[in-house]
Amino acid sequence: MITEIDAKLLEKIADLTGKPAGALNIRKDSGCEARQSTEHIAITGKEDKPGIDIRIQNGTRGEKCYIPVIISKTGLSEMVYNDFYVGDDCDVEIVAGCGIHNAGCDESRHDGVHTFYIGKNSRVHYSEKHYGENAPEQTGKNVMNPKTVVYLGEGSVMQMDTVQIRGIDSTRRETQFVCEAGSEVVVTERLLTHGNQTAESEMEIRLNGAGARGRVISRSVAQDQSRQVFYPKMVGNSACFGHVQCDSIIMGEAKVQSIPAISANCTDAQLVHEAAIGKIAGDQLLKLETLGLTPEEAEETILNGFLA
Amino acid sequence: MLELKNVSYRVGTPDGELEILKHIDLTIPDRELVVFTGPNGGGKTTLAKIIMGLVRPTEGQVLYNGEDITELDITERARRGISYGFQQPPRFKGITVQTLLQLASGGEKLTKDRCCAYLTQVGLCANDYLDREVDTSLSGGEVKRIEIATVLARGSSLMIFDEPEAGIDLWSFARLTETFEQLHRRKEHTMVIISHQERIIRLADEIVVVSGGGITNRGSTEEIFPLILANTTGACPVIGRKERSE
Repeated sequence: MITEIDAKLLEKIADLTGKPAGALNIRKDSGCEARQSTEHIAITGKEDKPGIDIRIQNGTRGEKCYIPVIISKTGLSEMVYNDFYVGDDCDVEIVAGCGIHNAGCDESRHDGVHTFYIGKNSRVHYSEKHYGENAPEQTGKNVMNPKTVVYLGEGSVMQMDTVQIRGIDSTRRETQFVCEAGSEVVVTERLLTHGNQTAESEMEIRLNGAGARGRVISRSVAQDQSRQVFYPKMVGNSACFGHVQCDSIIMGEAKVQSIPAISANCTDAQLVHEAAIGKIAGDQLLKLETLGLTPEEAEETILNGFLA
Repeated sequence: MLELKNVSYRVGTPDGELEILKHIDLTIPDRELVVFTGPNGGGKTTLAKIIMGLVRPTEGQVLYNGEDITELDITERARRGISYGFQQPPRFKGITVQTLLQLASGGEKLTKDRCCAYLTQVGLCANDYLDREVDTSLSGGEVKRIEIATVLARGSSLMIFDEPEAGIDLWSFARLTETFEQLHRRKEHTMVIISHQERIIRLADEIVVVSGGGITNRGSTEEIFPLILANTTGACPVIGRKERSE
């Protein structure tokens, strides 16, 4: 049963209100709360381990698939494997995301491995938002360790938008792309940590085929005493183009490490990386204050824009 | 009306105290266009920043519409109708031109047409810019024009522009001058423009020459501008005249 708390989590992580059109799988407290396949997208449970298979037929276009996960039981820990088989010539949107409402003092933890096998000339927009919250007076930790592996077929395009909204005490994110000829991947990562939270994000994009393109845009905000480490890596194994851009805003007593790497194994590989860490610029705050915002509103506006 | 009474600004340096502004008295009537001009490092920008609250004077008072605003912070001054276009505006990763204009207007949701009007006034095409982030992908001139558009969108009773022409190409500058002229003709706003450009100086009701931390001359455009033109290759005659008379 979807409670009011669950509904709020679903809206936060997947913009989901009510029952949407399209394929759907809602995982709640390690169980299947709702499942719905469509003519072109079939969702089935795995027999050998927790998780689902999502099979998208060749030529499926304009369809959306929701697979959010919510946890409202304190102390619950799960490891989930979701596999996506996207056919050729598809154009689909997949909305994942995980929300935890921790109502106790035990650690709630979701570890997930998403593996995408994308055919030729398809477009996939994949978004995932991660969010955690505690019931009043409760201190249970919220932990999420997502792993995403994508095999991108010839001429296919994947846009991956991943956002950690807030409330995740510890996360270790692993993202891997293997890109064939003419394929393109764009990853936008947005991450906020606060309190004593820690976040580590390791990303590797292997541009194997001629004409493959990869772009990583990572923006993060580290507040209070939180710690973040980023390891984005772009590997050019062909005549390809790759660009890694990491920007972090550091606040309070936070610590941020950004260690981008580019690695070329072909003379025609063109790879670029940029990384910057800094506090909010004073002139940005002043400008917004001249527009009538208070210093607090100005800071919030800058952070919201940065993480948008 | 804006009044500055005996405003001074001093900073400490390893070599002792440095006086940036010295006992400035200045009154700017409503709906006038006043240009601050003078040599680099003379104190023009500091004076403008003192009006906006970006710099606090070490001595003296700032009054706006009869209210002593010397102790008010930037936000409170902005809410009382003062706005400021920076000479070197900041960039904002993730904030679009449209969002910035919306923040500037502070009121109801700005329509696309309204945003378009503000951008057109600074020589930018809205379709090309509204959804773009105000980040390093924009040139210095583009960011500068967007900055000026935010002041226009704010629509404050007192608008301060610090060298609006800096970094802007000739064609855009011509458009910008027209905008200042139209604004002035409507007589709805008081404008303080720091500028060295003849086309802007010629629009002014009054020119205030700021040099060496003080106001060395002031008067109507007809009176002051010929003195500036008289000798622009050597020492400024306007400043010289005042100094000689002292």
